[in-house]
Amino acid sequence: MANEHAHPNPAAHDHHDEHGASHGSMREYVVGFLLSVVLTAIPFWLVMTGAIPDKQTTALVIMAFAVVQIVVHMIYFLHMNTKSENGWTVMALIFTIVLVIITLSGSLWVMFHLNTNMMPMSVHDMGQLP
Amino acid sequence: MAIEAEAHNHWSPLLGRLWLDAIPQEPIVLATFVVVMLGGAALVAGLTYFKLWGYLWKEWFTSVDHKKIGIMYMILGLVMFLRGFADAIMMRAQQAMAFNGNDGYLNAHHYDQVFTAHGVIMIFFVAMPFVTGLMNYIVPLQIGARDVSFPFLNNFSFWMTTAGAVLTMMSLFVGEFAQTGWLAYPPLSNLAYSPWVGVDYYIWSLQIAGVGTLLSGVNLVCTIVKMRAPGMTMMRMPVFTWTSLCTNILIVAAFPVLTAVMTMLTVDRYLGFNFFSNDFGGSPMMYVNLIWIWGHPEVYILILPLFGVFSEVVSTFSGKRLFGYSSMVYATLVITILSYLVWLHHFFTMGSGASVNSFFGITTMVISIPTGAKLFNWLFTMYRGRIRYELPMMWTVAFMLTFTVGGMTGVLLAVPPADFVLHNSLFLIAHFHNVIIGGVLFGIFAAINFWWPKAFGFKLNQFWGKVSFWLWVPGFWFAFMPLYILGLMGVTRRMRVFDDPSIQIWFVIAAFGAVMIAGGIGAMLVQFAVSIWKREELKDETGDPWNGRTLEWSTSSPPPEYNFAFTPLVHDLDAWDDMKRCGVQRPTSGFRPIHMPSGTGTGLILAGLSTSLGFAMIWYIWWLAAVSFAGIIGYAIFHTFNYKRDYHIPVETVEATEAERTRQLAAAGA
Repeated sequence: MANEHAHPNPAAHDHHDEHGASHGSMREYVVGFLLSVVLTAIPFWLVMTGAIPDKQTTALVIMAFAVVQIVVHMIYFLHMNTKSENGWTVMALIFTIVLVIITLSGSLWVMFHLNTNMMPMSVHDMGQLP
Repeated sequence: MAIEAEAHNHWSPLLGRLWLDAIPQEPIVLATFVVVMLGGAALVAGLTYFKLWGYLWKEWFTSVDHKKIGIMYMILGLVMFLRGFADAIMMRAQQAMAFNGNDGYLNAHHYDQVFTAHGVIMIFFVAMPFVTGLMNYIVPLQIGARDVSFPFLNNFSFWMTTAGAVLTMMSLFVGEFAQTGWLAYPPLSNLAYSPWVGVDYYIWSLQIAGVGTLLSGVNLVCTIVKMRAPGMTMMRMPVFTWTSLCTNILIVAAFPVLTAVMTMLTVDRYLGFNFFSNDFGGSPMMYVNLIWIWGHPEVYILILPLFGVFSEVVSTFSGKRLFGYSSMVYATLVITILSYLVWLHHFFTMGSGASVNSFFGITTMVISIPTGAKLFNWLFTMYRGRIRYELPMMWTVAFMLTFTVGGMTGVLLAVPPADFVLHNSLFLIAHFHNVIIGGVLFGIFAAINFWWPKAFGFKLNQFWGKVSFWLWVPGFWFAFMPLYILGLMGVTRRMRVFDDPSIQIWFVIAAFGAVMIAGGIGAMLVQFAVSIWKREELKDETGDPWNGRTLEWSTSSPPPEYNFAFTPLVHDLDAWDDMKRCGVQRPTSGFRPIHMPSGTGTGLILAGLSTSLGFAMIWYIWWLAAVSFAGIIGYAIFHTFNYKRDYHIPVETVEATEAERTRQLAAAGA
């Protein structure tokens, strides 16, 4: 946890300052842009042509592309790597992922149980009870 | 009563829903309105007469100095505290008299607004500004920095919080406030059941203030991570800075959830969406789930910084290093994570079933372990210490006794079967007031008494401080112990009238407690006034009136604008105590010009435009909303062309300030 470089000399702050955040190069931006375009175009193509007949599979594939897209943005646009800001960005990322997982899975879990335990909402549903 | 049935159907392009029926007809509100207007007019006249507007604008409103912003946050919190307490004592009076067919003096429409406003104001516009103000003032000083990372953003955050408070206050005299309870659960808060402006005031106040809270969270996280003095490793940070860091991480992680939930409620109300209605696949239960994912971390956002305050106070007034520093840090971190795993305990009764309820019941009980560890750390710090019972220490001891009881009733509520009996009862009300007053508020009072000399250069009067203390603490017990008893008897919260005359006595006792608390608040205001009056007698020349241990006590009281002429070097935990023991000499020469950020009115202007946007949205005045929104974007862009953002304090000024300090120290030492 020791942070030896809390006060980097501002004069030494250039593009090669390994302790600060990297600012990226033109090449990185172009690669990131192309990857994002491809990763966006494929889901559009999937939906518009209906290449995969099963809708649920299509949805899952699109979500997978979305996750990859997030990673591409983090690496090429936010310039995240394990070294930037003395590892603080990675720590923040891990914390965020943990909280997002807790929030999403917890909500799904809670709402699923609520739904299961709910009283039937209509006379018709009532008749379907075992 | 007829008022509830009143329809507000008027709409015109120019004024939207705003029409003459927006002026409340109730005599209590009208009388308050007259008093507030007279008071406001007197204030404006006074400021004009003494020609203080220029001074306020230049030195305070547009200042980006973290110390001044911190003080302004505290003033905002104090003003709103008086409003929130007025609501509280109105409720206590209503409940004490509304028996045996007596309808009390508040009609249902008014009473429902009072309890909603009380909750919203006390959490968002009292506790939050107090906590943020403290962190703003203390954290940069404790880590040896000259300001926060983003000084302008800090000023902007303050004004956005104030804008939210202004909108909430406006609802008292223009229209109405929400009648939904402080979390505005749908379907009650949907358009069908809350058709007029109350819930809209609620939504826009919280959204605008939320921007301020979130940005100040980002600012302080960045400040603590990036601006610590050389040598101050993470494990050498003062505990208050640690708890502030965790609180601000929680703010950054939790407040977006609130923003998202409020946005969904907004589109439900404004655009006919069905996120939280019962139709078209919407679910009001999802709102309850989401808002508590924000709401539970919020509880820890409020209490963690005060745990830091108590740590500082206990170790200073026991004259010892804090017992178990690293366990304190790890307990704070564990609480930070666990606070995300307990939200369902706020709605055990909604019907998630046994497996879900047991999981959240157990995590809730687990979170009391690190909290308990902290309590033992404070006790062990006091053990064999040379304890000085100054006011901050008195509040801390009162906290330990009070908060422990509140914590234990919390563990009772964490048992799901018990919660099925106690849910929404006055037992719950007693529990959370027990922890919020006993923890947050007592902590804020400890902090005010502790750091006042740092902020203003003189100590607070002890006599009136003690009067306030001895009215507040027993007043709290009188006001809330009856609610525990009533809750166990099954009395539910938010009741306006009662049928069973046998329980009236408990409400009368609670009202008596509220009157004692009113006395305590009065004594505190007298304490401030007397201390300011006699500031020469109470003057603190040394800058270190309590024999403090952390870096803020190494500066003069009040600290110079630039905090530290030279960035201090830190070699140990409790850096200032270490410096005193090693006899580190204060440098008296070799000063250099100091680079500082300039003040700007942009924060105030943007927040003013946001208030106008919120007001327009509440009243459906679409043209004004469009103009305000365009104004916000336009002015923000305009501000990016402002290149006069910094200046240098000339070396002569620094030398003069430091020479004055040298003279002051010599006089105090003599």
